[in-house]
Amino acid sequence: MNVLLDNLDLYLRGFGGTLALFVVSAIGSLILGTIIAGMRVSPVPVLRGVGTLYVTVLRNTPLTLVLFFFAFAYPRLELVELSFYTLACIGLTLYTAAFVCEVVRSGINTVPVGQAEASRALGFSFTQTLGQVVLPQAVRAVVPPLTNVQIALLKNTTIAAGFAVVEAGGIYANLSERGYNVFVGLLWVALFFIILVVPLTILQRRLDQRWSAAR
Amino acid sequence: MSSVLYDIPGPAARARNRTVGAIGVAAIVAVLVFVVYRFYDAGQFSPRLWEWITYINIQYLLLNALWATVSAFLVAAVLSLVFGAVFAAGRLSDHRWISVPATAVVELFRAVPLLILIFILFYGLDRGLGITIDAFWAVVLGLMLYNGSVLAEVFRAGVNAVPRGQSEAAYALGLRKGQVMTSVLLPQAVRSMLPTILSQLVVVLKDTALGFIILYPELLYQARFLGSQNQLGAPILPVALVVAVIYIGLCLILTGISRLVEKRLAHGPRKAKPADPDLVAPQAGHGGV
Repeated sequence: MNVLLDNLDLYLRGFGGTLALFVVSAIGSLILGTIIAGMRVSPVPVLRGVGTLYVTVLRNTPLTLVLFFFAFAYPRLELVELSFYTLACIGLTLYTAAFVCEVVRSGINTVPVGQAEASRALGFSFTQTLGQVVLPQAVRAVVPPLTNVQIALLKNTTIAAGFAVVEAGGIYANLSERGYNVFVGLLWVALFFIILVVPLTILQRRLDQRWSAAR
Repeated sequence: MSSVLYDIPGPAARARNRTVGAIGVAAIVAVLVFVVYRFYDAGQFSPRLWEWITYINIQYLLLNALWATVSAFLVAAVLSLVFGAVFAAGRLSDHRWISVPATAVVELFRAVPLLILIFILFYGLDRGLGITIDAFWAVVLGLMLYNGSVLAEVFRAGVNAVPRGQSEAAYALGLRKGQVMTSVLLPQAVRSMLPTILSQLVVVLKDTALGFIILYPELLYQARFLGSQNQLGAPILPVALVVAVIYIGLCLILTGISRLVEKRLAHGPRKAKPADPDLVAPQAGHGGV
């Protein structure tokens, strides 16, 4: 208990960093993932190809390697100076978007064919069909897996600690500098992650219940 | 092939699609060319920075690193399959004193980030309790605990997805609990869950890269090491590119195998349950990412 109380500032800063990373990357990956899913089902062959290539490459690359690129190779580009935090957000967003894309796409496949056919018969264009008819129904169908992707993102933010971003994964290093018991300290970190995951699971269940009734 | 989402394009739509495609490609190519040019400008493509590939010692170093990655993957994959099978059996047990602790263990290890698990095994046990585990086993055991828990959920979901009539019929024939499980439920469950299990193994392979953070000398660690060698010109980008190609290659091989297995199963005598890994895997665990 002392380990936690004496280092409360450390824990607050760490988990503040984790939550900041998570919120930014979650929003970013949901938007980017949906756009790429739209590309993968679009009538333009080239965009379909690009979307498929993106998903294949990103899904088969370890997140550690993606962050490695941003942490060590990006500065060599000598473009805009970005903080490690921003770079970590970009890396996490790009990586998670590939998974969001796959989930949204499988959601699009679960929408009954008649829906898209009816909207085409009404003269809707592709973007209208997708944006106003298919996607709203698809997203409802994939709330549980989509939340799971976001929970995985929350846990993946710890990897950014390996690249000098202030967040929960880096707490152990500071504890050890201050001479506290690292084992107990890490158990607290684990506990807080369990506490963070629980509300997401509850949200997942409630959204699923509400929307599956409306379907 | 046509999609239900849009009409079969006529001449005007085809022309429009071509324009959109051309603009899209132009934008992407522009970004890529810009990035490549910046790297070129920074001298990352000068021959000197690629010379390291020709050194025999560095080739051996990379081969060793590759073996470190693959061996950690193999040991972790086998251990997590065993862990998953044991705890799935535990969760499915009728005895509450077995199923409750098994559930607790599985839920606990699924909720804790893998990196934190590895930190606990590597730093926590060492500095807190004085038990030293070397980096290889810290990575492997962490992977086992996390992926084993995810796999336990996958196995359990698979067994539960077998139609009730199967086990009822087996019990009616007088089979015992163990026999029902091993000769009726498991064969069907493994069949429907094989694609999900294999895609979880891809996750194991990818997550071995976490060893980099606790300085386990696998591919990424050696990449960092080579990339910081000044006498080679600090070729961080070339090394990272080569390592990325190796990782993606390994994962694609595994994905290819799982595609092959999936196709085999689809041609089988009984149609396996629809196992869209993208829908099933994340539901069964938080894994797959």
